[in-house]
Amino acid sequence: MKILVPIKRVVDANIKVRVAADNTGVDLNNVKMSMNPFCEIAVEEAVRLKEQGIATEVIAVTIGEDKAQEQLRTAMALGADRSIWIEKSGVVEPLAIAKLLQAVVEKEAPDLVILGKQSIDGDNNQVGQMLAALCDMPQGTFAFKLVIQDGRAIVSREVDGGEQVVSLALPAIVTTDLRLNEPRYAKLPDIMKAKKKPVEHMTPETLGVTVKSSLKTLSVDEPKGRSAGVMVGSAGELVEKLRHEAKVLP
Amino acid sequence: MSVLVIAEHNNLTLNPVTGSVISAAGLIDSEVHVLVAGTGCQAVAAAAAQYQGVTKVLLADNPVYEHQLPETLTGLLLAISDDYAAILAAASTGGKNLLPRVAALLDVAQISDIVDVHSANTFVRPIYAGNALATVESSDAIKIITVRTSAFDEVEKGEASALIEPLDQVITQHKSQFVSENLSTSERPELAGAAIVVSGGRGLGSAENFHLLEKLADKLGAAVGASRAAVDAGYVGNDLQVGQTGKIVAPDLYIAVGISGAIQHLAGMKDSKVIVAINNDADAPIFQVADYGLVADLFQVLPELEALL
Ligand SMILES: Cc1cc2nc3c(=O)[nH]c(=O)nc-3n(C[C@H](O)[C@H](O)[C@H](O)COP(=O)(O)OP(=O)(O)OC[C@H]3O[C@@H](n4cnc5c(N)ncnc54)[C@H](O)[C@@H]3O)c2cc1C
Ligand SMILES: Nc1ncnc2c1ncn2[C@@H]1O[C@H](COP(=O)(O)O)[C@@H](O)[C@H]1O
Repeated sequence: MKILVPIKRVVDANIKVRVAADNTGVDLNNVKMSMNPFCEIAVEEAVRLKEQGIATEVIAVTIGEDKAQEQLRTAMALGADRSIWIEKSGVVEPLAIAKLLQAVVEKEAPDLVILGKQSIDGDNNQVGQMLAALCDMPQGTFAFKLVIQDGRAIVSREVDGGEQVVSLALPAIVTTDLRLNEPRYAKLPDIMKAKKKPVEHMTPETLGVTVKSSLKTLSVDEPKGRSAGVMVGSAGELVEKLRHEAKVLP
Repeated sequence: MSVLVIAEHNNLTLNPVTGSVISAAGLIDSEVHVLVAGTGCQAVAAAAAQYQGVTKVLLADNPVYEHQLPETLTGLLLAISDDYAAILAAASTGGKNLLPRVAALLDVAQISDIVDVHSANTFVRPIYAGNALATVESSDAIKIITVRTSAFDEVEKGEASALIEPLDQVITQHKSQFVSENLSTSERPELAGAAIVVSGGRGLGSAENFHLLEKLADKLGAAVGASRAAVDAGYVGNDLQVGQTGKIVAPDLYIAVGISGAIQHLAGMKDSKVIVAINNDADAPIFQVADYGLVADLFQVLPELEALL
């Protein structure tokens, strides 16, 4: 079984970004970049399936600028066998990402594609579902457990009211939630080994995909800020303030 | 051209978040239709028909729609999408699961998680865990939108009732099957609509200790929430998670107990009207957004609060 894992280079999860002074975006100068945390979980899950002898090959793929290859190296240090870099800089909308990935799916014919549920920069939560639709595959989104059994993927999903289990015919699309696994750290020898693993270079043109955009960002603004209020000294004082000052308690 | 809202329901009752989506939809066009797809869900359709501004309810009542699987519902939506200028759903796990599929097959973008409508093609949505608000203009012929329901008030129910029109398309597919579900049952109010939310974090230390917090919530008639750390540690179920990747809430009062205030948690609650933080670390970032902060041991404060209320 072959698994494709699309990963994204994003601002590190520990960084609080600032809106750029000209309101065209956020300021990403000299900001630490990492693999999207949900994508790390996707890589980890694929690598575990390989370690269990269920998967035979794990391929990481990213659409991004030159530097996105760093995240492909990370994925390979974590256990991906090889990777594909689709060179495209700037913001690419989820539908275009999904179309590029569809072209890769057609080429590689994976049995399973594991994506993150959401990229933490755009907070879109779209690409996995869109890819599933374009490839006419079933989807198991927000997965916290994945079992491959009798040619199907049994996916336990986090849903608003609790949990849901679906059974999907392969090939299928799965998107990861935080509880699916805890990604390992890459060890130095694996990081060295990853340097020798192959990265195939592609472009939207070589894949025959036209990257379109239908959303125009008019401005990016700072949300209304909150400032620290007052400190109270006791539970009694707190209740008093909530009752008589904030008037949120009877 | 009218706009379509996808009802959020469990076949028996209509989830009030639908009323918030209708409110957002009404800002795009005054002719709002609601789609109720499920099985044995006439009561849901009747409830949807009561909302002011709704001019028609489409009822697709068939066992194939019982679990509202996206692979099935996408076919239904594609069959009726020609009639609409926009299709909206709550940015719930249901809406998020379904609408990108529909958008992709219509070859249009999806605009996720809108918090404001400027015009029929310009919307505001948070990005970067709510640290920035993007105003985006769409040039697509049909807008596919998920709505952050905490940002819109539920529309009122009116006297008149909209027309309910049955849809007889039956979409079948075999690639995806429902196996089971485990939905938490709670007497407490739902996180999404509660006026007061009491949330606990890793500081609670165990599932047993979480009961202390639940007792306080019950005194206040509040919903219970949690940080991701509390969910990961197994203190509570994932359905209680508040944050960037959990539920977004904006109650009148949010009480954060033993929660440090990571960016991802703040993303889910910083629009609450009044925020209270109880934490024994005076430097915890949660205090920077709290209207009232109490530096204290939660195990001492929770019983005190309960006694005072
Ligand atoms: C991609 C991604 C998405 C995420 N999404 C979310 C999300 O949606 N929601 C979310 O919440 N998190 C999310 N997280 C996790 C987030 O980064 C934090 O790790 C998490 O919010 C921390 O939870 P916490 O505050 O309960 O735990 P901690 O940060 O460990 O804080 C515990 C707090 O309890 C206090 N405390 C301990 N004992 C006591 C006591 N006896 N009395 C009083 N106070 C006490 C401590 O001082 C501390 O401040 C996400 C992380 C990532 C990487
Ligand atoms: N530029 C990209 N390259 C590869 N995969 C991506 C890219 N953008 C998004 N993805 C995948 O899609 C998932 C969901 O992203 P999104 O829909 O943007 O929130 C991510 O976790 C990745 O697995």
